[in-house]
Amino acid sequence: MLKTELLVVGAGPAGLAAAIEAKKGGVKDLLLVDLNMRPGGQLFKQIHKFFGSKAHRAGIRGIDIGTQMLEEAKELGIDIWLNTACVGLFDDKIACLEKGQPDGSTKIVYVQPEKIILATGGQENVVRFKGWTTPGVMGAGAAQTMINVNRVQPGQKIVMLGTGNVGLIVSYQLMQAGCEVVALVEAAPKIGGYGVHASKISRAGVPIFTKHTIKEVKGNGPNGRVSEVVIVELDEKWNPIEGTEKTFEADTVTLAAGLKPVSDLVKLQDIELVFNGPFGGWVPTHTRDMESTCPGIYVAGDTTGVEEANTALEEGRLAGISAAQSLGYMKDADAEALKDEIWDRLAGLRMGPFGEKRAVAKKELMDAFPEVARG
Amino acid sequence: MCMRVSDHVILGQDLNPKMIEITVDGQKIPAKEGEPILAALLAQDIMVNRYTVKRNEPRGLFCGIGQCTDCAMIVNGKANVRTCITPAADGMVVETQYGYGGAK
Repeated sequence: MLKTELLVVGAGPAGLAAAIEAKKGGVKDLLLVDLNMRPGGQLFKQIHKFFGSKAHRAGIRGIDIGTQMLEEAKELGIDIWLNTACVGLFDDKIACLEKGQPDGSTKIVYVQPEKIILATGGQENVVRFKGWTTPGVMGAGAAQTMINVNRVQPGQKIVMLGTGNVGLIVSYQLMQAGCEVVALVEAAPKIGGYGVHASKISRAGVPIFTKHTIKEVKGNGPNGRVSEVVIVELDEKWNPIEGTEKTFEADTVTLAAGLKPVSDLVKLQDIELVFNGPFGGWVPTHTRDMESTCPGIYVAGDTTGVEEANTALEEGRLAGISAAQSLGYMKDADAEALKDEIWDRLAGLRMGPFGEKRAVAKKELMDAFPEVARG
Repeated sequence: MCMRVSDHVILGQDLNPKMIEITVDGQKIPAKEGEPILAALLAQDIMVNRYTVKRNEPRGLFCGIGQCTDCAMIVNGKANVRTCITPAADGMVVETQYGYGGAK
């Protein structure tokens, strides 16, 4: 069995930041794994400029932050195993990895690290309506990956369900990629995301239907692909109002109904989870060091509650520093000073009309950490 | 037709991608070397990757990041390969998967 000091699962913003900080902190033996064919998680599909202050790299595009982080990881000589899924997590911190081979096959490798950081990210929520499994119905993030990373359109005529920031930004980016966005549909009485993004959509002449949802998607296109989308108005109690149906010709439906944490690995260990609505579901409670209730297993990023790339990045840093500190590579005073700075920046990110809720959610999540588990 | 985004206002031009050939259900199609198999299929307007076990319903791209398995196909004889996270290589043989695709 392979031994290592630190295993980081997930090479998105949280995992990459964790590995970088741990390495900078002095950890010698470190392995970073990711199931995708490229590192960077979802950063490379975020071609828009980030919001926030200068300290949070606001005004920089996600794709550029990703490139910077990969360069830094390379300079530090961080070992990244791609096409590698962590499929098991056993007692005594034994992880089972399905390691991708150059010929496309996989090989099972067992690793026993002294510390583990789980940064497995989030996944998109699904909305179920008649015909939701029809080819051409997909996550908004899936469409975004196709245009911005793989540079191919997922379809030509698109109906977007959901007007949070993901729905709005991806709609605009679909237009930038040459797709036609037919309409945006939102069940709530008002648009969910920032007005600045919604204005861009409206200025392009794309209608946004609030208090509406998708009633049915018809798959009469080639090979059963999406051909028509029927939307319907909702009353005050969110029930469909008969006779208000509108039909659009479209070949693609994109779902932007929020995300939930990916916590499969967390659930394989005796880690205490707490239900947290604003964070998207069941999430592991953790300390200021990002340590879960299972000593030596840290969590960071969307795994601990769905937020954004910048918060994931900062939480990853916290986890990386804490791991380096507990492995004896960093002086407590140095590590604590760095962590204080990061917590200050996180407080800055969790402000404003959207951030405030997340600040409260994070406090609730951390307050739930049981006293007995504290070292 | 799903078009390739070869010119983009922010990403710029996709300069000289190395083109290769893969076979899909017996037909040769072009692909960019190293792109996910799924992207090459989309560029040819191929949206259905598999048919379900019980009801034989078509499925295609859904999550695009290796989580949902709706894009699983038979690649070089191996069933259940997630085409959204598997890079295309020259000469690769890809088949639409029906049910378990022969896998147990």
